[in-house]
Amino acid sequence: MRPLLCTLSVLGVIGLAFWAYQENYRTRSALGRLEQLQREVGHLMEVRAVLRAEWAYLNRPDRLQELAELNFSELGLFPLLPEQFGHVDQIAFPPPPPQKTAALTGPNQGSVSGKGVVE
Amino acid sequence: MSRRLRPLARILLAREEGETPDAIERESTRLRVEEMRDKARFRAEGRLVVLALLFLCAFMAVGGRMTLMAASEPEEPRSAISASRIAAQRADIVDRRGRILATNLVTHSLYAHPPQMVDPARAVQELVTIFPDLDRERLVRDFTGSRKFLWIKKKISPEQRQQVHDIGEPGLLFGPREMRLYPNGRLAAHVLGGYGFGREGVHAAEVIGTAGVERAFDEFLRDPAEQGKPLQLSIDLTVQAAVERVLQGGMQMMNAKGAAAVLLDAGSGEVIALASLPDFDPNDRPVPLLKGDQSESPLFNRAVQGVYELGSTFKIFTVAQAMELGLVGTDTMVDAQAPLVWGRYRIKEWNNRNYGPELSVRDVIVKSSNIGTANIALMIGEGRQREFFAELGLLEASPIELFEAPGARPLVPARWSEIVSITTSYGHGMSASPIHLAAAYASVVNGGELIAPTILKRRSAPPGARIISPEVSAQVTELLGEVVQRGTATMARVSGYRVGGKTGTADKPRPGGGYYQDRVIATFASVFPVGDPKYVLVVSLDEPVETSGSKPRRTAGWTAAPVAAEIIRRTAPILGLRPEIELSLNDG
Repeated sequence: MRPLLCTLSVLGVIGLAFWAYQENYRTRSALGRLEQLQREVGHLMEVRAVLRAEWAYLNRPDRLQELAELNFSELGLFPLLPEQFGHVDQIAFPPPPPQKTAALTGPNQGSVSGKGVVE
Repeated sequence: MSRRLRPLARILLAREEGETPDAIERESTRLRVEEMRDKARFRAEGRLVVLALLFLCAFMAVGGRMTLMAASEPEEPRSAISASRIAAQRADIVDRRGRILATNLVTHSLYAHPPQMVDPARAVQELVTIFPDLDRERLVRDFTGSRKFLWIKKKISPEQRQQVHDIGEPGLLFGPREMRLYPNGRLAAHVLGGYGFGREGVHAAEVIGTAGVERAFDEFLRDPAEQGKPLQLSIDLTVQAAVERVLQGGMQMMNAKGAAAVLLDAGSGEVIALASLPDFDPNDRPVPLLKGDQSESPLFNRAVQGVYELGSTFKIFTVAQAMELGLVGTDTMVDAQAPLVWGRYRIKEWNNRNYGPELSVRDVIVKSSNIGTANIALMIGEGRQREFFAELGLLEASPIELFEAPGARPLVPARWSEIVSITTSYGHGMSASPIHLAAAYASVVNGGELIAPTILKRRSAPPGARIISPEVSAQVTELLGEVVQRGTATMARVSGYRVGGKTGTADKPRPGGGYYQDRVIATFASVFPVGDPKYVLVVSLDEPVETSGSKPRRTAGWTAAPVAAEIIRRTAPILGLRPEIELSLNDG
């Protein structure tokens, strides 16, 4: 009985030692990976800071103003002014384009949908 | 055998006394067994104690580790730079909508270890071609002398770093360096201030604020416990840009040498835009003047540090107080006979006019009568007047969170005599900054609650102390509206918005004493929209001259008012105020 117990405990110790050895290496590799990840995150944060700064620099009001002036012929952008506001009543309703819908949809469907609108 | 013999003496003794040796033998065996049992028990107990101690140690180790892990700061991702001790990322500064006003960039510094140099002469030659501003002779002297270490450049761009790297000189080294970047350049320069380097090491340098909010909130921005939480200002970048642009144009058109504008949310006291011209680029902050008048420097923040006599803009405070005290109503007639003689002083109207003999309070404001206001001030009395000015915060440094603010105290006469009371009623004899004026106007027109100007975005404004009643506040705002409709500030009319305001033109004091005849500070304090005052705008021009007429015109109605009108025209739609369309249709 006693030798059996002895052998078993020795085997147990060996097993545990092997497990501990493996755990040690796994922990170390996890720590290494963590450090690597942290360095990566730090680097990405730095890159993000640069990108944000660049975005802010490219969107600075002075530059946008200049661009709006340069491309005035195409875009026709003005600063926001009170005169540009209007009342809903000032806008005429768009004329209904019946020919266009008829041309786009089939002749039968067009007449049906047209009826629906009128009714 | 020996065991049996051992108690022989006792056996013999026992036999002599007539006892049985067997009983004695049993007795001694019992004793021996008992002794052995005790010993075994003691050993077992010892083992148990040791085992318990071991367990205790193990549990304490686990517990201690858990406590440590629970108490320790989480390990943050770090870059090469922030691994060092000095550098803690300085927090960003953003505007009220989260757009970046100041941020950090990692660049490099360039330093040299001359003893490690291979070919100093060539290194100098190459460095001078990369950085033309370096002094060749000095570099040669430093590189070939006994110095072990020297800084060459505090900040270099990645391209320059590559060029220096390509020299291939082992004695030239780079250190990472965080620098502050203001992507919008000159925009809001006076609010932001600037930065400098504090403690410097090869691997990092401390970035510290030198002025403006950078200095005022230096601790917050550098605090690692805040974990880079940005500092959110009340400034609106778009509005600030529009204000600065219009102000710049206005300053040139009016031939002024300086200008300031403050746009304040009347309800909360948040500063939406604060501009002072001439300005500077905080990325490349100029050195402060060492001698002469600091107000000549572009670093001087006219809106906060510029303590001027603000002229007739003060009249509204006198009238508001008199109305609050029930001394006058808007249509009460007051004595306005010019000139007003008080002791050896003769108080006159502007341009020696005479609005007398009597003027209604409404017209005192609309026509900007000095004498009418002075007589109202005399009704109030100097003690109550001083108290009201103190309540409005006109006698103390402004509480706005800028580094420069506590240094800019209003200039107030030491003794508040009756003549002081008369002159301050129309804004002479005491000086305050545009931010003071804007805050006081906001307190008067917003329904009568005192506000403290702030540069930080507020979630909710704390209710302020009541200065005047809501009814008086509404009447005062209507008076200001009339000034623009038919008074001294008709050039401040803006189509679509009802603007109210008061002009103020004050002669500039000579450094030696007395006043200049042809140099003025023109101020226009305005509020819009009149029906429901949301914003207060103060525009101040330094030495403006409007030269379109036959005579040069310097009054605020001709100079500051049209600039303010243009600012309102440009900013009100951005601020989300809906114009009154009917009015603009009529005008158009």
